[in-house]
Amino acid sequence: MAECSDEAQAELSDKEKKDIAVWFLSNAPVGEISYVAKDIRALIGDDKLYDMAASEAFPRHNKAHLLILELPDRSGDVIITGHGEIGKNQYLEPRTAQVATVDHIKQVCTGLRPAMDDELPSPYIEEFRYALDVELCKYVAEAYPKGISAVYCTRGKDIDGPGNDFEFVAIISASKKSPRNFCNGNWRSVWTFEFKDETQLVGVKGKIQVAAHYFEEGNVQLDTKNEFNDSTIFQSPEDCAVQLTNIVRHHEYEYFQSLEASYLHLPDGMFKDLRRKLPITRTLFPWHNTLQFSVTRDISKELGIGK
Amino acid sequence: MEAALDLMRRIPPKKSETALNALLSLLPHHSSDLLSQVDLPLQVSMDDASMKEFLLCEYNRDADSYRSPWSNKYFPPLEDGPLPSEELRNLEVEANEIFSIYCDQYYEGGISSVYMWEDDNHGFVACFLIKKNGSKGGQDKRGNLQEGSWDAIHVIEVSPDEDGIAAHYCLTSTVMLSLTTENKTSGNFKLAGSIRRQMNLDLSMAEGHLCNMGRMIEDMESKLRNSLEQVYFGKTREMVCTLRPPPEGVQICLPDSRPI
Repeated sequence: MAECSDEAQAELSDKEKKDIAVWFLSNAPVGEISYVAKDIRALIGDDKLYDMAASEAFPRHNKAHLLILELPDRSGDVIITGHGEIGKNQYLEPRTAQVATVDHIKQVCTGLRPAMDDELPSPYIEEFRYALDVELCKYVAEAYPKGISAVYCTRGKDIDGPGNDFEFVAIISASKKSPRNFCNGNWRSVWTFEFKDETQLVGVKGKIQVAAHYFEEGNVQLDTKNEFNDSTIFQSPEDCAVQLTNIVRHHEYEYFQSLEASYLHLPDGMFKDLRRKLPITRTLFPWHNTLQFSVTRDISKELGIGK
Repeated sequence: MEAALDLMRRIPPKKSETALNALLSLLPHHSSDLLSQVDLPLQVSMDDASMKEFLLCEYNRDADSYRSPWSNKYFPPLEDGPLPSEELRNLEVEANEIFSIYCDQYYEGGISSVYMWEDDNHGFVACFLIKKNGSKGGQDKRGNLQEGSWDAIHVIEVSPDEDGIAAHYCLTSTVMLSLTTENKTSGNFKLAGSIRRQMNLDLSMAEGHLCNMGRMIEDMESKLRNSLEQVYFGKTREMVCTLRPPPEGVQICLPDSRPI
């Protein structure tokens, strides 16, 4: 660069530095925020600013990636998600009806208490929630070696009988971290079930995101997502649970198949369009043969192929 | 710098430009290091004199202007922009012509550019660039969007030996690849990445520098292409299968890993 520092932008403001830190932290791949944190902290060189950025970025990152944390008493795991956020740094674990206090930056649970009655759904709603949770659990256990699921009532948790609408969100989160093998990845499913009294239907909306990162002497990332819609009849809690889980199972399996299909298609499709393995002559390029070049050049010009 | 480079390996490849700009503003005193060690997808410009496109990089830039390998002029025009010596320029011209044919043969399209400049040790540095855009131009009839791009940057430092018979070649290559498909059944599928490798060889100059450099680049590109396809993409696919193993009876999805 000819002219450099003198004319360069004035020293970055504190706010700009903090915003940069937040950006890097937010864009860290799954499971790597602590490495990114170490780097950006060194680069910012100001611990106070870094702490501000971290307290803003870590909760967002943890929620977006559906971080799974073990409960302090080892009774299970809690998924960090906005759908289960009861208060600042407090997350509901619906299966064991407990609320965990979480330190986002250290990514651990620092406290645990039983959930209060007003934080939990009514018995009527809980019947549906519990049945669905049991069915989903079975499905997740067979499909995902490291998957954790939870079902939250996000609307209408105080309804005490039929005649009203309510809504559940089911979350499935599975992640694998192998930093020694330079590879990390996760699968995130968020399924929303809208129980509608008037039509006696349950509307289903799903969103699946899969991400993977391989970074041995390079940086390759997979980032995929898809959305689904479906519906089923509003029935008894157990029947709903089975039906809804079937719908989830069906769509997720199909999505997995389509991911596989995309990978299988890569070598012959897009990849080959970008760069062939060998020229059409099936031989290596004749670098030493300059005569051939002039001939080829002239032919190219005649055929108008030249650039 | 180590922290900066580690960050660049973790940020999603598609956001590398934003990441690099952020790093440049945080570390203004390291800007030349950052710019030479971090590669971004290549930008294209038009040489109005020869009516041909050329690629932009740090190696043909002076201030805000870039030198075209076709007309050897700077765009936008620049007084006193550095130019290679006549001898080197001749080599550069030949390199551009031959490399563009190589590019046609392997890439069936795409844009190439070669830039050369003297270095302090009686040798020179050559930079071979290729950009191929594989987009299917928007959506096809089934509403499928497919986009892809390949950017290759090869920088070779050439140091002739004292006896003038052989030379030492040090090649550093970076390939940046991006593939995106989007359709109703599989949603949004994005695979993007970059890898960088080095190769050092001592070769006789009997057949000339271009031959030596060309063969090294061809060899390197093939290796990188295979590596990306099998190892890198394979590993991300393996990760998906680890998170959610395919049911019994379905064919194994692990690629057979071959050494790079």
